[in-house]
Order: sequence, then structure tokens, then C-alpha cells
Amino acid sequence: MSEPAVIAGAPGGAPSPGLWRIAWRRLLQDRLAVACMLVVVAYCGVMLASAAGLVASDWEREVGVTYAAPAFLISLHDVRDEEAGGAISRRAEFDAVDLSDIDPLAPRYDEWRRQTADVDVESVERSLTLPLGGDQWGRDILRKTVKGSEVSLTVGLAAALIATLIGTLLGALAGYWGGRVNDLLEWLYNVFTSIPYVLLILAFAAVLGRGMLTIILILGLTGWTGVYRLMRAEYLKHREREYVLAARAIGVGHLTRMFGHILPNTSHVVLVQFSLLVVAFIKTEVILSFLGLGVPVEVVSWGTMLAEAQNELVMGKWWQLAVAGAAMAVLVTAISLLTDAMRDALDPKLR
Amino acid sequence: MGAYLARRLWQMVPTLAGVIALVFVLFNWVGGDPALILAGKVPDPAQIENIRRQLGIDQPWWVQLWIFVQQVFTFDFGRSWSTNQLVSDVILSRLGPTLTIMVPMLLLETLLAVTLALLVAWVRGSLTDRVVMVVTTVAMSISFLVYIIVFQWLFGYRLAWFPVQGWSEDLWTNLVKFAPLPVLLGVFVSLAPSLRLYRSFFLDEIGHDYVRTARAKGLSERRVMLRHVLRNALIPILTYVGIGLPSLFVGSFLLEMFFSIPGLGREVIDSVNRSDFPVIKAITVYLAVLTMLVNLLVDVLYHYADPRVKLR
Repeated sequence: MSEPAVIAGAPGGAPSPGLWRIAWRRLLQDRLAVACMLVVVAYCGVMLASAAGLVASDWEREVGVTYAAPAFLISLHDVRDEEAGGAISRRAEFDAVDLSDIDPLAPRYDEWRRQTADVDVESVERSLTLPLGGDQWGRDILRKTVKGSEVSLTVGLAAALIATLIGTLLGALAGYWGGRVNDLLEWLYNVFTSIPYVLLILAFAAVLGRGMLTIILILGLTGWTGVYRLMRAEYLKHREREYVLAARAIGVGHLTRMFGHILPNTSHVVLVQFSLLVVAFIKTEVILSFLGLGVPVEVVSWGTMLAEAQNELVMGKWWQLAVAGAAMAVLVTAISLLTDAMRDALDPKLR
Repeated sequence: MGAYLARRLWQMVPTLAGVIALVFVLFNWVGGDPALILAGKVPDPAQIENIRRQLGIDQPWWVQLWIFVQQVFTFDFGRSWSTNQLVSDVILSRLGPTLTIMVPMLLLETLLAVTLALLVAWVRGSLTDRVVMVVTTVAMSISFLVYIIVFQWLFGYRLAWFPVQGWSEDLWTNLVKFAPLPVLLGVFVSLAPSLRLYRSFFLDEIGHDYVRTARAKGLSERRVMLRHVLRNALIPILTYVGIGLPSLFVGSFLLEMFFSIPGLGREVIDSVNRSDFPVIKAITVYLAVLTMLVNLLVDVLYHYADPRVKLR
């Protein structure tokens, strides 16, 4: 894959397709990869719709009863709710004994009743079941999960973008220039990798505080080391290649050689690393939010949903755990499988 | 060997300096004024002034850096801001529980993963192999949190095979009573990624010429796998285990939290939540030192796993 420019300009014959076109064609032949791509696109679509306020903007409305059961369990829970209703009406009969002669508040009841009549009370229709169940406040779990995808995907994509940018830039500098620059960046790399990753994240979290932007920064600033390592090796390899030497011979500047010539030829490494980071960061965000080190409580994320679900499971309310866990698992599986397929499609050895 | 060790140790000095600088910048510069954290909700100017003087943060930054460097080399990080315990005591007392969980976990996981990966690599391409690959992919995509929540509920609460959580003073009680569930959980979760990785290491080796030669001269399949493939795949496996070794000491902080094990990982989380900077600073710096030492140890071990590796 190294010299597409040279191959494309081969004399006598149609220009051969570039690496990306070939990879794309190969990817489309892989049915699993196409399915995964559709899943990822669907998640991104839902996330964008939710961010634009088209769906799930009313996720905070308490539409169901507390821990409303998922609709597919309806028959089971109908019976129980009827029993509960019966108990309440029996209690009401018992309370109807006339106590007005000994009740010190009795003279004021009429006054209060008049006052309350002035206030418009809108009785909220709370449904007993919701499509995928409800949480403690009767909020729809389906809408919550959709809203939560916003945080997870935004954090995963934005943090991976930052980490990939830093890693690529530093890797390019170290690999292309070598010498002092390389020594300095290798030192920085050693410093960052000598601290266990979990601890590094937590140390950053301790001083930077909470919030979505903060998590993106933390993950982005700590996650660049793997990309750096690979990109440095790529640049080391490529800077001595003939096409780069040829570019140098015709007087192309350093910057153009680094980012105009070498980068396009190593971009497949960047892409694969980027999607690996997205998966890792989505998982990390869930854990950080669960620990309360991530997004604030009033923002819903799959991590905060799992934090609620921990106590619900003991009460037998498993749906929030299942839905949030499954939403995340499907997305992560799709991206992982897609990454594998991309790696195969972009592998020059298999061409 | 002596010269090699001396050179490697000397190379650690700049890295350690970098770690100290990074931690210093994070906690003394980015972290904001600790006096405001310590003084509580209703800060009193005189009190803040007093705290600042005690911590030395009214000094210029190079004096503060010097204080920090002294702390690192005298193992004296003072007292925890929230519990007023000596930081060294905190770290030493948390180390035991973490190791009680993590050492059995590491041994069990490595043994199981290597064995299973060897078996799967042996039947590569078969239905079993493909099923294992699919199952591990799916297993890896489920959050660690979900596993812990479900397993703790199922085996601790519902089936009551293990205590839901707890810890005692006695090592043996801990090992047989409280450690099994978190250890099994940890092994279960880390098995899938290791299995996949080790399988790829074995497959790399199986493709080599020496394996074909060994088969050609009539060695049994068993001997080829155990004697030749396993031995050669040991180097990458060793690297992988070595990389994971330092995080052994942070423990799986999630396991420690869920099972209320008083280990280092839980201590770090608590310290982060309480803005207890001395504890986090100390743990970060010493774990970085430990990581560097472990890396050196792994490099030395290479030489024993594969005599062709020369220590230079």
C-alpha cells in the first residue's frame, strides 16, 4: 500500500484504484462488516436525533409508575397491581369513621377544601407498563437509554479524536525528525506509560473535577501513548522510502512531506487505532460515570444508569441493568467487529 | 549483567524526574488551592493562611517542588488530609488485601488462559475455535460493571454460595471465604481478552518453519505444542503479563469497591472523592517506580525464557 501515487501513475494502462477504494470494496463484500457498519450508523443517527432534540428530549418526564414493568411482562404484573388496588380501597372504607367531634382540625376542613378547589391539579396519567420498563421515578428506560447514548458516543468519539490527534502529531514528529525531538518525546512517552493507566486517569480526575468536557479531556490527554508508539514506527519506516526521498529531491518542504505524503500512506493505522480507542473510551466513560467521577448526576449516561441498576437488581427490577448493558454491548461489539474487518480490508499483505 | 542493570537503573532517573514533575504540575498547579479544600465549607482567611503555611504552598514553586522531591525520597508524605493517618501507614495497610485478591487472580488467570489458548490454537479453524472466538468477542463487549453487579447478586445474594461482601483480619479466612468470588469474577472477565491474545501468539508460532520440521521428523503433536510452540510463545506472553503486573497493585478497584475490600484501589477512589491529594500523589509516584522496576525484571526474565535474547 505504500506507494499508491507511483502505482496510480504507472505508464500505459488505466490508473489502478487507490488503497481506500480497494479497502472500501473489500469491506462491502464482508456481510458481517456491513451489518456492523449499519448498527454503528444507526447508533450515531439516534445519538444525533437525540442531541437535536428530535427524540427522547422528554426523557425526564415521569410517564410511568415507579418501576413500571416492561410491556412484554404485562400479564404477570397486571394481576399484582389489581391486588394492590384492592388493598387501598378496603383501607378507604375503614377510614370513613366520623371523627369530627374530637378532631381539633375539623372546623377548618371546609376552608381548606375551598382553597384547594381553586388550585388546578393536573392528574398525571401514569401508565403501569412502559416499552422497556421504568426506573425509580417512573421515567421511560428506553428514552433514558437513547439520551444516555449521547454522552457515551460523544465522549468516546471526541476523546478518541483528541488522543489520536495528539498521538499522530507526536509520533510524526518523533519518527520524522529523530534525534533530540525523538529523545524528548520518548521521554514523555516513558513518563506517561510508567504510571498505570487507571491511576493516571484517576489522578487527572482528582484535580480536573467532574463534567463531560473534563472526561473528554482526561481520556484524550492520557490515551495517546499507543497511537504515538505505532505512528512513530510508521514514520521511521516511511521517511526513508523512495517516494519521500523523491519528494525531497524535487524540493517539497518538511511539513508537506510529513502530512501531505507520509500521513495519507499511514492513515489506515490511524483509523484502526481511532476505532480501538472509541471502544476503550466508551467502556471507561461508563465506569467513571458509575463511580461518580464522570458526568454530573442530572445528566443521564449508561454509567449512571448502571449505578442505579445495582440496587434495583436486589429488588428484582432487572430491566434498567439489562437495557443499559445491552445497549452498550451491542455498540461495542459492532465497533470491535468493524475494526477487525477494517484491519483486514486495509491490510496490504492480503491484497 | 551488573553493568546492564546499572545502566538500566541509570536510565530510570530522567523518567522518574518526569513522573515527579507531572504529578507536581497536576496537584500543585492544576489542582487549585488545597487550603480551600481543607478549610471546609466556611473558610476563614486566617485559617486558610495557617493551612497554606503548614503545607508550604505560600512558598515559591521551586521550594514546593523541593519539598515534594524530599517527600518522595524519604517516603514521608506526611498525613492524609481526610483521615490524618500517616500516608505510609495507609499505603502499607492497603497493600495486603490487594495482593490477597490479585496474586491468586493473576496465577489462575495466566494458567487458565495459556492452557485454553493452547487447546484452541491446536484445533484452529474448527467449529470449536470459531465458537470460542465469537463467545469471547461478545463477552468482552459487556461492561465489567454488568458482570460484577450480576455475579455479586447471583452468587452472593441469590444463591448465597459466597458472602456478598466483607473482609477480615485473618489471611486464611480472607483467602477461603471472602476472596473466591472477586477472584473468580476477575479471572472470568480477563480470560476472554487474554485467551484471544495468547491464541494469536500461538498461531504465529505454529506458522513457523521449525514447527513443520518438528512434525516432519516425527515428533508427536503433543510434544510439538508443549515443547516447541509453547516455549517460543512464552516471550510475548511474558511481556503481556509483565505489562499487567503493575496494575496488579492498584488492584481491580471496581472489585475492591463492590466487595468492600480495604485495598489500594478502593483507597485511590476514596482519595479522589475526598480530594486527599497526599495519598494519590504517593501512590502514583511509587507505582510508577514499581512499574519501571517490573519492566526491568521482565527484560531480565526474557533472557531466561529465551537464551537467544542478549541483554544489552
